[in-house]
Amino acid sequence: MKLLQKTKSDIMALVACLAVYAIIQTLILTDVIGPFWQLNIVLIGINIILVVSLNLINGFTGQFSIGHAGFMAIGAYVSAVLTVKFQLPFIAAIAGGALGAGALGFAIGLPTLRLNGDYLAIATLGLGEIIRITILNISYVGGASGFMGIPRYTDFTWMFAFTVFTVFVIKNFIDSTHGRACISVRENEIAAEAMGVDTTKYKVLAFTIGAAFAGVAGSLFSHYFYIAHPASFTFMKSFDILTMVVLGGLGSISGSITAAVLLTFVSAALASYPEWRMIIYSLMLIILMLYRPQGLFGNKELSLKMLSRWTGGKKHGSTQGN
Amino acid sequence: MAMLKVDDINVYYGAIHALKGISVEVNQGEIVTLIGANGAGKSTTLRTISGLLKPKTGQIMFEGKNIAGMAAQNIVKLGISQVPEGRRVFAHMSVLENLDLGAYLRSDTKEIKADMDMVFGRFPRLAERRGQLAGTLSGGEQQMLAMGRALMSRPRILLLDEPSMGLAPLLVKEIFSIVKDINETGTTILLVEQNAHMALSIANKAYVLETGRVILSGDAKELAASEEIRKAYLGG
Repeated sequence: MKLLQKTKSDIMALVACLAVYAIIQTLILTDVIGPFWQLNIVLIGINIILVVSLNLINGFTGQFSIGHAGFMAIGAYVSAVLTVKFQLPFIAAIAGGALGAGALGFAIGLPTLRLNGDYLAIATLGLGEIIRITILNISYVGGASGFMGIPRYTDFTWMFAFTVFTVFVIKNFIDSTHGRACISVRENEIAAEAMGVDTTKYKVLAFTIGAAFAGVAGSLFSHYFYIAHPASFTFMKSFDILTMVVLGGLGSISGSITAAVLLTFVSAALASYPEWRMIIYSLMLIILMLYRPQGLFGNKELSLKMLSRWTGGKKHGSTQGN
Repeated sequence: MAMLKVDDINVYYGAIHALKGISVEVNQGEIVTLIGANGAGKSTTLRTISGLLKPKTGQIMFEGKNIAGMAAQNIVKLGISQVPEGRRVFAHMSVLENLDLGAYLRSDTKEIKADMDMVFGRFPRLAERRGQLAGTLSGGEQQMLAMGRALMSRPRILLLDEPSMGLAPLLVKEIFSIVKDINETGTTILLVEQNAHMALSIANKAYVLETGRVILSGDAKELAASEEIRKAYLGG
């Protein structure tokens, strides 16, 4: 019965994805959505990949990392080198970008994940900058002027496919035994260890997977904007991603998606009022944090049950405690 | 041969010498208790056995195998399960999910289900609250959950760290009678307690710790009757 329900909701999710894809793709082909919004739709997808993958590290495993832009940069540059210098197909380049970022995530995660809390945050912040500055000094990839002449391979279809793929993989990972182990690390590391969960392994695993998907996002990014530039991957970018994670709710994938869509959209909609943009954006964040400190979704997922509760009007008592 | 034999272990927290040559023996089927004041090294001993801390020197033999310095998850695999001090349930997970994590290292779905029923049978209050978030349980219920969670790994020996901490006297009694029950169904128990009176009343054997050393050991009943212990730990 339960299995049947799961299959049913899987099919519904698939249908919903296809419908969204069909609608937006039609609107793009018929030019209802102009180039400006096309660009922002691609950005939304890239941001969803970044936010969901960072949420795996920060929200689900509870390791406060703020160096995500660094891994995105690795993906952007590695994939660009593969397509431009080695003429590999795009899909191989994306895989290469993900592999590169994942490998670096593993190498960095192993020593740094012994730290926790503020210390880990500072270490990852520093590592993100080290990656950026290293790239800045490699003339093979263009140094300070950036890596130019990258072909535009990313379009709405590529972006959409990889966004769905990312969400699918990470969601399934979280629902598995491994995901449960990651959440137990967040909830109480000592208890998790006493239960036989190899806490170091899961911290490094979550970090590596998160980094690899940041690499995917980076690959899509550089192959949309023709250029990979160190200035695109500063710690401000890491903070942007982190903001979306916190705003959507640490430990909620649907929250991450909503926040990525909402913030990218608002940021784009305000593009024509540059002098007001940061003020409105910041105000929105302040107000949201005042009234929803746990993020839009807390650690809950958006589900049909939740929707019917809203529309049905029957209010259930919250079980959220302490 | 003893099931668990802690042999002359020395454990340090940085420069602090916390355990100075502790030796403890636990035979199969026994309840053994470590008692002593704050800072005596009781919890440190447990945490060293379960692999959360590594001894600098000394051996910990479990069924003929030296487990000193092994990774915690491998020690759990061998059949040693710890209920950590202060319960440490996974607050944002349901009772059911907490128990599931207790069986984290097992893959025999059917038997896990049976063990879960066994835990619910032993702790009916948890059964009533199986869908509730663990953080919203009362202190006593959380202690029961922590014990149930440890039982889910089917331990051969259960390490209990201060199960009476912060609980009302009536609940303490209930918890101790459950500990005795668990022991009677075949699980060996190593119990760390500040509540020496209660601990000695259910244990077979006891060790008295003071500042990282064993200063007294012997039959629990005899220790409970001895003048020295009564003065120092049982309040006259």
